[in-house]
Amino acid sequence: MSDNKYWQSFGELNNSEAYQQASKDEFREELPFEADTKGFLQAITPRRDFLKYLGFSTAAAAVAASCEVPVRKAIPFTNKPEDIIPGVSDYYATTYVQDGDAVSVLAKVRDGRPIKIEGNDLSPLTSGGTSARVQASVLDLYDTARLRFPSINGKEATFDAIDKAVTEELAALKKPVVFLTTTITSPSTKAIIGEVMAKYPGTKQVVYDAVSYSGILLANKASYGKAIIPSYRFDNAKIIVSLNADFLGTWLSPIEFAKQYAKGKKINEKKPEMTKHFHFESVASLTGSNADERYLHRPSEAGSVALGLLNGLNGQSVSISDATLKKQVEKVAKELLAHKGEALVVSGSNDVNVQIIVNAINELLQSNGKTIDWATTYNTRQGIDGDFAALVNDMNAGNIGALLIYGANPAYSWFNSKKFIDGLKKVETTISFNPKADETTQLCKYSIPDHHYLESWGDTEAKTGYFSFLQPTIAPLFKTRQWQDSLLKWSGSTQDYLTYFKSYWSAKVGGENGWNKALQDGVVNPTATPAITTTTFNSSIVASAVSAISNLKKGGKLELQLYEKVAIGAGQQASNPWLQELPDPVTRATWDNYVIVSPSLAKTLLNIDLSDNGQADAYEVQPAKKVVKVTVNGKSVSLPALIIPGTHPDTIGIAIGYGCTDKMGKAVIGTGKNVFPFVDGSGNTINYFVTDVTAELTDDLYKVALTQTHGSYDTKQGKRTEVMKELALVQFKEEPNEIREDREKELKPYGGLENFEKEGTIYPYFDKPGIHWGMSVDLNTCTGCAACVVACHAENNVPVVGKPEVMRFHDMHWLRIDRYYSGDASNPKVVFQPMMCQHCDNAPCENVCPVAATNHSSEGLNQMTYNRCIGTRYCANNCPYKVRRFNWADYTGSDSFPDNQVGIVNDVVMDMNDDLTRMVLNPDVTVRSRGVIEKCSFCVQRLQEGKLKAKKESRPLEDSDIKTACQQACPTDAIVFGNVNSKHSAISITRAENPLRTFYSLEQLHVLPNVNYLAKVRNLDTEEKDEWLKGDKKEEKKIEAVEKSS
Amino acid sequence: MILIRSIIRPFVLGSVIFLIFSFGNKAKAQDGKALFSQNCASCHAIDKKLTGPALKGVEDRWGGDRKKLHDWIHNSQAYLKTGDSYAVNLFNENNKIPMNAFPSLSDKDIDAILDYVKDWKPATPAAAAGSAAPVQEGDNTLLFGILTLILAVIAFILLQVNSNLRKLSDSKEGIVSAEPIPFWKNRTYIAFVVIVLFLVGGYYTTKGAIGLGRNKDYQPTQPIYYSHKVHAGTNQINCLYCHGGAQDSKQASIPSLNVCMNCHAAINEYKGEKIYNEEGEEVNGTDQIKKLYEYAGFTPGEPWDPAKAKPIEWVKIHNLPDHVYFNHSQHIKAGKVQCQTCHGDITKMDEVKQFADLSMGWCINCHRTTQVQFKENGFYSIYEKYHEDLKNGKIDSTKGITVESIGGTECQKCHY
Repeated sequence: MSDNKYWQSFGELNNSEAYQQASKDEFREELPFEADTKGFLQAITPRRDFLKYLGFSTAAAAVAASCEVPVRKAIPFTNKPEDIIPGVSDYYATTYVQDGDAVSVLAKVRDGRPIKIEGNDLSPLTSGGTSARVQASVLDLYDTARLRFPSINGKEATFDAIDKAVTEELAALKKPVVFLTTTITSPSTKAIIGEVMAKYPGTKQVVYDAVSYSGILLANKASYGKAIIPSYRFDNAKIIVSLNADFLGTWLSPIEFAKQYAKGKKINEKKPEMTKHFHFESVASLTGSNADERYLHRPSEAGSVALGLLNGLNGQSVSISDATLKKQVEKVAKELLAHKGEALVVSGSNDVNVQIIVNAINELLQSNGKTIDWATTYNTRQGIDGDFAALVNDMNAGNIGALLIYGANPAYSWFNSKKFIDGLKKVETTISFNPKADETTQLCKYSIPDHHYLESWGDTEAKTGYFSFLQPTIAPLFKTRQWQDSLLKWSGSTQDYLTYFKSYWSAKVGGENGWNKALQDGVVNPTATPAITTTTFNSSIVASAVSAISNLKKGGKLELQLYEKVAIGAGQQASNPWLQELPDPVTRATWDNYVIVSPSLAKTLLNIDLSDNGQADAYEVQPAKKVVKVTVNGKSVSLPALIIPGTHPDTIGIAIGYGCTDKMGKAVIGTGKNVFPFVDGSGNTINYFVTDVTAELTDDLYKVALTQTHGSYDTKQGKRTEVMKELALVQFKEEPNEIREDREKELKPYGGLENFEKEGTIYPYFDKPGIHWGMSVDLNTCTGCAACVVACHAENNVPVVGKPEVMRFHDMHWLRIDRYYSGDASNPKVVFQPMMCQHCDNAPCENVCPVAATNHSSEGLNQMTYNRCIGTRYCANNCPYKVRRFNWADYTGSDSFPDNQVGIVNDVVMDMNDDLTRMVLNPDVTVRSRGVIEKCSFCVQRLQEGKLKAKKESRPLEDSDIKTACQQACPTDAIVFGNVNSKHSAISITRAENPLRTFYSLEQLHVLPNVNYLAKVRNLDTEEKDEWLKGDKKEEKKIEAVEKSS
Repeated sequence: MILIRSIIRPFVLGSVIFLIFSFGNKAKAQDGKALFSQNCASCHAIDKKLTGPALKGVEDRWGGDRKKLHDWIHNSQAYLKTGDSYAVNLFNENNKIPMNAFPSLSDKDIDAILDYVKDWKPATPAAAAGSAAPVQEGDNTLLFGILTLILAVIAFILLQVNSNLRKLSDSKEGIVSAEPIPFWKNRTYIAFVVIVLFLVGGYYTTKGAIGLGRNKDYQPTQPIYYSHKVHAGTNQINCLYCHGGAQDSKQASIPSLNVCMNCHAAINEYKGEKIYNEEGEEVNGTDQIKKLYEYAGFTPGEPWDPAKAKPIEWVKIHNLPDHVYFNHSQHIKAGKVQCQTCHGDITKMDEVKQFADLSMGWCINCHRTTQVQFKENGFYSIYEKYHEDLKNGKIDSTKGITVESIGGTECQKCHY
């Protein structure tokens, strides 16, 4: 086991005063008591206040008592559909569609309204996995900012009026009609577009992706003759090299890749082998944080790194000026050479030449046909930057007659949005189908909002041959219309889209029965999985790519990398409060974008020396961060700076997707700034980095809601290895029993591992008859993607509290993902640990509750009874894991007195309490009021439902009856849940098969958690391991020095 | 003595045999009754025609051949194909509405139903009168109250007399007594009155506070005077026929209009016993059926178009607080609890009122004493230790495994 010190914050790394203070404090904020030494009773007005409160309560009780009981109505159906039973949830297969992305999902529909999204197990692409954005998409359906009716020039109009006006205008046009869409994977929609094109000759379609993949598409066209993206098979690779491709978070198809990646990271304890993952990047990303080895370079060096790898593989010399980076590239090249045919190199670059080099590397490594599959290819990204730039020029030249915009919002996300807007004004007929009044729609004459995907019919083909269907799960909430219906009308067809869609598919899937089955399953897959095939590589173009890269200009003093956040992406769902409040896995910040700087740049740019305790504390304790003004080509943006290790010292990073128009929703107001104008559009393809920027410190401060230090607590050893455990693969092979022996040694005085439960306590031992719930979390396959966090939000009605409340440590997440650093403080290794209520069998929270509102169930659940809780918060104080959350205000609008909200919670929270938004609430879970504690319940409503299902069928419980929300959402199956009393349950099998890695967090406290973790094993060889531990020795010395001085 | 013994022996034996016999009979008839109301009652009555013909004398009409009847009931459409003339006539007479097939009913079940139909007798007014008119128990509270008051006044007067007498005797003996304090200024009296008022007030406040939100006997006026007594009592319609949600869902659910119209498309007048409401006024059943037609948008004699229907806004009687999770199917299907256990004798209520107070104490008490289907339900097979303890007598088999013993009184069984 690594004896490293693990740290969450710089204060913890340095063991600073603020950290020591914070970990001892009961609550992380100042309590609202006046600092008065005289004691409560002698304070200025306690007796009178007491009498006032007493009088008020008595009066309130009297008023409440004299109130009439409200008469409630029960209104049944008039003609009940046979298969709908009120109070029973139905699941309909449909597909999450966002730009090109298509994820097959099941929508849980309760009494006519979708309330939760789950993965669809029948899809071979995701196998039931989801992402944070997919989980949050159900809330978008109930977004109050959605357009509620069609309009002409901003005035409400009927569909008939619009249809008439549009068909007349289109018929009178002399200039061509252009479809400006995001990538469309729907075969039926493409056919309909074809029909419109036939009706209006000269019509063309331009595909625009907010985040461009032109580089890879064009490179593949040059290398392989087809502008498509092949399937990547991370599961077939023994060695994965990613050149700045965040494939676990945001790149191309993260859910699918995470699933494949996890296969290589699952460890068989008897034969420990796993994939090795090298990652080159400039700004810390989710994938980089998961890598075994992360190497840092400037964004401008991306080309030379790829070229260096190619040269290294060819046995030529690597020409990189930075000596460390050169060594690292050489090392990776050596490793790759040793794994020909089982290696995969991917690159996130949008530079054609870099992607051609990567293609050449993969060709050398014989990846095509093994880890790269040309038999099935992606349709999810088709936009070519050059096409769109040409369209903008045409528009400005006045050559476009009509623009039909679906999904695309270039007025926000195109780097030269002004030029686009100017061009748009010269287009005669502008029609937007976008569901919200985004920047582009505001400028269009006609707005015909499309349905949300949960209200729509449709089909998708994310990968060739893999179809996924959409079906409505709720009647349209507003006067919206599917855009295909509009197109059909305008093309002169009398069919509506449903009829068209059905006749399009019925023949293909085998008539009415096949159609029904396709809709029920949600997917149609190839009958046999196509064998992986290769394709011929055109090597002649490599030389020109090499010379182009060699001639790239060198970066300036400081470079800028623009990146996508896991939750926000390019900003399509930025108005979703769940996603805004989701702590970013890497930075742990919510509600904003910011400038990411490395610790060493912080010293020069921000004048913050993190090794200086006072400065580190000042930086970390105060939410106000120093604001930096970043200037590129005369355009500048001022944003707060966050110090994130794992970032190149000469690079700053800023997330795109923020700062869109206020009309997108309450959640985007005042959160972050738009940095799309910084995108470099000087080449053939746009680039998401800038090689020369200036950043200057301003005098301003800006508050950022960072959650990293919210749940911190002191541990005796000060290294956190009792909370989470990690070791290198070489260590695990040498001493596989190390973790177990360590646990045994620690528990020896209290009965050892075997008898610890009975002998480590003075309390009696309780039988565990029947069911005993348990959960296991594999830290090796957990990527920290945070899908579980949002799933928990949706399932358990966890409230959104808003940025000001998060800053006051009032965030309510039942499940948080802790980020731990170790090793070299400038480029540390990262471990993500999901932390939720551990449901301790000997729970310290239960003993201190004065009203027994939290107590233990015979099934091992640590129960929380809201209606009994009086809000002393003793339990939260006594919880060693800091997972209990207190309702400081009435976030859910469930109290009778509006005064509990006004002035306390902000507009976003009030918006979450809108009657429309509240439709997303799960009716099986109580909505908590002000003044009570809440926490993870192991999704007890699902447990009860699963048990009841088994009881009704008169059979023992099975694993398939119950999946907790977090387990269901997990794309890597890192979470296993079930009845530990059954020997055949997945949880028992997992624990039995992984005895060497199983550990319990803070086990020595004898709290007896029902959640176990499987230790993280990092694939490091001996040399890398020594390097990793060396970084740590420095820290230990520092601690010793601090201890001596104090 | 010997004589008595010799008489007793055959007597006991005889009565035992009689009891077994009569119980056996009763069980059979009861089964028939239950099966009838579950399967047949929605379309057939015994003494009148509903959707299907009246069943009285059905065996004779079929020529006493039960075999034929078995086949007919199992699958009437298949039987029609045999060309049996009586069956074909019957089918034509009843507007060619096919009778539902009941393949799940065994021959024995059908025999039980037929026996029940054969032995059925219309309820006589005498029997009804016998069961009615319970002896009114007098309410003695008022009497006790008056008695207490009188006694209190007497005690007060006696105390006054006592003190006056003492004063007299004192003055006789020359002891100077303090100026007498009138009783309304006497601290002892005042304190006494205050304490009494406090106790009485406290008692009623506490009782009132506990009762907040509880609505036992709540009996709101409904948009239609729907009599459960007529439907579930007189006509023996199974509860689940209308409240099907009770076995599948958390909500028992109020039947939708199409369920009402299943029967009432044919039944358009009320001819049963007179119905009286709480005020003692007579309720015209036929008028109530007309009200239903208004909601349903139905004109007798024409086919019903559900699209014309308006929903009926019933007043919800049983209201649980939002923080309580209650699941009907858990109790009906898994627990095999009778509806009447919580809803009272619904078959005798015209307009329904809330029978139980739905308090937590009421729930918990039932969970403490009610046994789960421990041996019958396969789910509980995982409780191996309990099964063993039951076998070797460590657990009292008469008390059995109650809901409480498997954790049914824990907070998160109902609050989450």
